[in-house]
Amino acid sequence: MSCSRSTTWTSIVYVMALFLTWSSPALAHVEQGQAAGFVSGLQHPWSGLDHVLAMIAVGLWGAQLGTPAVWLLPVTFPMVMAFGGTLGLVGVKLPGVEIGIALSAILLGAMVLAEARPKLVLAAILVGFFAIFHGHAHGTELPPGQSGLLYSMGFVIATGILHGLGITLGLVHRWPAGKLALRGAGAFIALMGVTFLWRALA
Amino acid sequence: MKVWHTRHAGLEGVLVGIASLCCPSSAAAHLVTTGMGPVYDGICHLLLTPEDLVAVLALGLYAGLRGAITGRRTMFLLPVAWFIGGIAGSAVKVVPSFPIPALSFLVLGGLVAADLYMPTAAVTVLAIAIGLVHGFSNGVALKEGAGTLGLMGIMIMLFILVTLASAVVVSLNKPWARIAVRVAGSWTFASGLLMLGWFIRIAK
Repeated sequence: MSCSRSTTWTSIVYVMALFLTWSSPALAHVEQGQAAGFVSGLQHPWSGLDHVLAMIAVGLWGAQLGTPAVWLLPVTFPMVMAFGGTLGLVGVKLPGVEIGIALSAILLGAMVLAEARPKLVLAAILVGFFAIFHGHAHGTELPPGQSGLLYSMGFVIATGILHGLGITLGLVHRWPAGKLALRGAGAFIALMGVTFLWRALA
Repeated sequence: MKVWHTRHAGLEGVLVGIASLCCPSSAAAHLVTTGMGPVYDGICHLLLTPEDLVAVLALGLYAGLRGAITGRRTMFLLPVAWFIGGIAGSAVKVVPSFPIPALSFLVLGGLVAADLYMPTAAVTVLAIAIGLVHGFSNGVALKEGAGTLGLMGIMIMLFILVTLASAVVVSLNKPWARIAVRVAGSWTFASGLLMLGWFIRIAK
């Protein structure tokens, strides 16, 4: 058995060595942002704790609310966020973006803390409203020279992953201790939101 | 010993697959030259052009959401329309400056996300329109490269992709699985919206 295991690893090492010898074309010029665009799009939503916490809060709240909110909120958020991103891209000014982002963390955190159960439409409107601020901030911060399509796809996928992370964490809601932990997470997000607001107003 | 071999054959395959991901390669979106002829160039062109690939997959998903009959029609009509559009595109000298992929993403992503009902005839018209428009762009791009044979390669790949995407969706029984498809649609819509903003920003 150990012989087979060592054979497996030897073959993997050989394959990796083979791939390393595989020649790839030398590129004298900077790529036109294809792969770089996707990767930077993927990284962008993770670059700010305010965005990360708000998006995770959406997932947590969705998990607390159950179906259909668990999928409706994460579907609403990227679509409206993209609208906000488009506004930012085309240069439409939106006042108080940072304040809006900070308020999103406070309110969404508070919703998770309180296990609030408003009507589905109201929850979607609340999430959608704040998504505009997040999207706008991302839209105005887009680095130049990137592939628009791949950047956009990476950006949206990363946002979806953050929501998915929130929903996955929110699965602990089925246990009493998990419910408590979720409410604690909501309190933490809301508190962090207060610090973001402090910074935005300072 | 034999059992260990059998159990770990899959693991070995996965590890070799991961090792293969270490292989460095460069990304290229247009006029891919595989060295294996124009048909393969066309196949690779579609697979490496996210503007077309995502739109095709989104159409396949939507056709699947609308049922087997719609899926079957789409998988035959889309490649034909794409080919006709490609021939037309290769015959003209105009390069379209319209944000076609962004609009396709918006329409198809929106339809998938909303799981909006459309009669089979309307989906058929949509598939033909998408095929003609995207095919036209491909025709312009492939005119000096893979040409008509490249378009044939694209047709083959289109048929395979739409068949797979729509068949997967038709076979989904669990509600959450259909919701996952709709989430993918919302991501496509969002990407389209951002692309449109990007296009407007560049046009400015």
